[in-house]
Amino acid sequence: MNLNQANNDQLRLGGLATKIAVPALIIGLLGLAVSVIFPLVRGGENGWEQLFRSYLTSFIFVLTLSLGALFFVLIQHLTRAGWSVVIRRLAEAVAANLTWLWILFVPVVYIMMTGNGAILYDWADPTHLRHDPVLKAKSPFLNPEFWSIRAVVYFLIWGLAGYYFYRNSVKQDETGDVQFTHRLQRWAPIAVILYALTQTFASIDWIMSLEAHWFSTMFGVYFFAGSCCGFFALLCVMMYFTQRFGKLTNEISFEHYQDAGKLLFAFGVVFWAYIAFSQYMLIWYANIPEETGWYIARQLGAWKTVSIVLLAGHFVLPFLLLITKHTKRAKLILTLIALWMLLMHFVDVYWLVMPHVPADALANAQTYQELEQLTADSGSLGFAPHLLDLTCLVGMLGVFIAITALRLRKCALMPMQDPRLSESLSFENI
Amino acid sequence: MSQLVTQQSDHPRPWGIMAEFDTPAKIMQAAKHVHAAGYRHWDCHTPFPVHGLDKVMGIKPTILPVMVFFAGLTGCTLGLILQWFTNASTFDMWLIVFVRGYDFLISGKPMMSGPAWIPVIFESTILFAAVSTVALMLLMNGLPRLYHPTLKNRKFLRASEDRFFVVIEVRDPQFSQDQTEAMLKELDPISIEMLED
Repeated sequence: MNLNQANNDQLRLGGLATKIAVPALIIGLLGLAVSVIFPLVRGGENGWEQLFRSYLTSFIFVLTLSLGALFFVLIQHLTRAGWSVVIRRLAEAVAANLTWLWILFVPVVYIMMTGNGAILYDWADPTHLRHDPVLKAKSPFLNPEFWSIRAVVYFLIWGLAGYYFYRNSVKQDETGDVQFTHRLQRWAPIAVILYALTQTFASIDWIMSLEAHWFSTMFGVYFFAGSCCGFFALLCVMMYFTQRFGKLTNEISFEHYQDAGKLLFAFGVVFWAYIAFSQYMLIWYANIPEETGWYIARQLGAWKTVSIVLLAGHFVLPFLLLITKHTKRAKLILTLIALWMLLMHFVDVYWLVMPHVPADALANAQTYQELEQLTADSGSLGFAPHLLDLTCLVGMLGVFIAITALRLRKCALMPMQDPRLSESLSFENI
Repeated sequence: MSQLVTQQSDHPRPWGIMAEFDTPAKIMQAAKHVHAAGYRHWDCHTPFPVHGLDKVMGIKPTILPVMVFFAGLTGCTLGLILQWFTNASTFDMWLIVFVRGYDFLISGKPMMSGPAWIPVIFESTILFAAVSTVALMLLMNGLPRLYHPTLKNRKFLRASEDRFFVVIEVRDPQFSQDQTEAMLKELDPISIEMLED
């Protein structure tokens, strides 16, 4: 493969980066600004609660994209993979977003530290703890101070890992020193262990503790499966648009698309469904009130429909579509399926964060049927798609895309001097 | 068996013609040639997978995946029927035999209970798909096969080391001793040998 100056502009984003980044950044900041202004204008407690729920949903969504990317990069170095080298830089750039994503999480930590954490998390309210022995027992772990310290630790580890693996790969572009590859391969196993621990605890801290009475040992793995779904779908989309803009046209072949599609199929569809079902079945079978509450919130009212949409759209449909290699090797079809999976991943995060059975409904209902009636027509379960859901998502995605594009402007679109580059360029599946 | 062996050693029947090459590029070119010449009963033997060789040879993609999909679907259906029949069925056969499933009530769950059945359905799907993959693969390959005429040739031993072979069988309608040999000679092989059955 000829990597000389002539096709150099094929390997770099160049002026395209700013063309993508500027509008994305403007739309993104606009989205975030509208989101913040909305509760100020409309006022009331509900406005802030809605904002922070929507905000957390969108934040978790973009965070999982970057966490999935970090996992992908780590696992490539861990397995010394050759096939993926040409698409690894795209993943590295997305993973490097972990260096600044903490900024978007600052507002949540801020309300937690100023004593308003109860907007999102019941356990953050000290008056609540007095008549709730369960939350009181959990308070040595679930308290605003320790929670915030943990958040700092997570972002520190993710940020360092994301930066280190991006930085060393870019440095190798210039010198071609194999030492960089060895260094990253040495750090990959340590980083992957830290990754597993931090992403598990983060999912418990930020999503599972929204319903602090409930617990599931499967939750961290479920979150991980979701991250993989989000990122591998994003990877397919990124590969497609990179080539649509005339970059890496000779380097990425449909063999790489097939493998990205396989990963999306394996992790994002089958593994996700496997974990989701395993978690559901154990709770459904045991039928213990302290465990079933979380699922009841997700089968009342409109949430029942959302649950079924997830089952059909996150598993059955993509399973049938992606099982054959023909769809995975067709670039446009795979990209369309990947876009659908990104949407489904957002619905999944929404389904994790939003449902909330109001305490008074729970207190007044004697039976499940009564609870169903009490919550039948109201938006009180948290299912009320709101303008803020959209503006927060657009805001964060805009910033996310802009910074990813700007980062890719500074380096080549693939690791140019990676020792396994030629293996990747001539990669064939069969 | 012994009769067969004596018959072979007494009258060695020609089975095919074998050309030996020393690079992947040469065997790619040879395969392209042989395929273009219209031969159908022939094969390539290489020490490692040569990418694109099957495309050049004109081998059609296997239908094994489609068959495995339907085997999996069969396993899925059978797993469902099995559980329905053993747990939740009640029906009369020819108005004489009254069949009733073993109603085992577990923690108040309904007899026909989706989530509880999924593990069995899942496993039976995997079982059918996996077993049929291996079985159909062997069937379509014609494996296991303990004897093959190429194995008698000393030179062919290097097919698992560093040499690449094209073998054209005598039973091919296009085969003619002189023309086939002449065609193979043009492809610049290291050696050409006749194989006997």
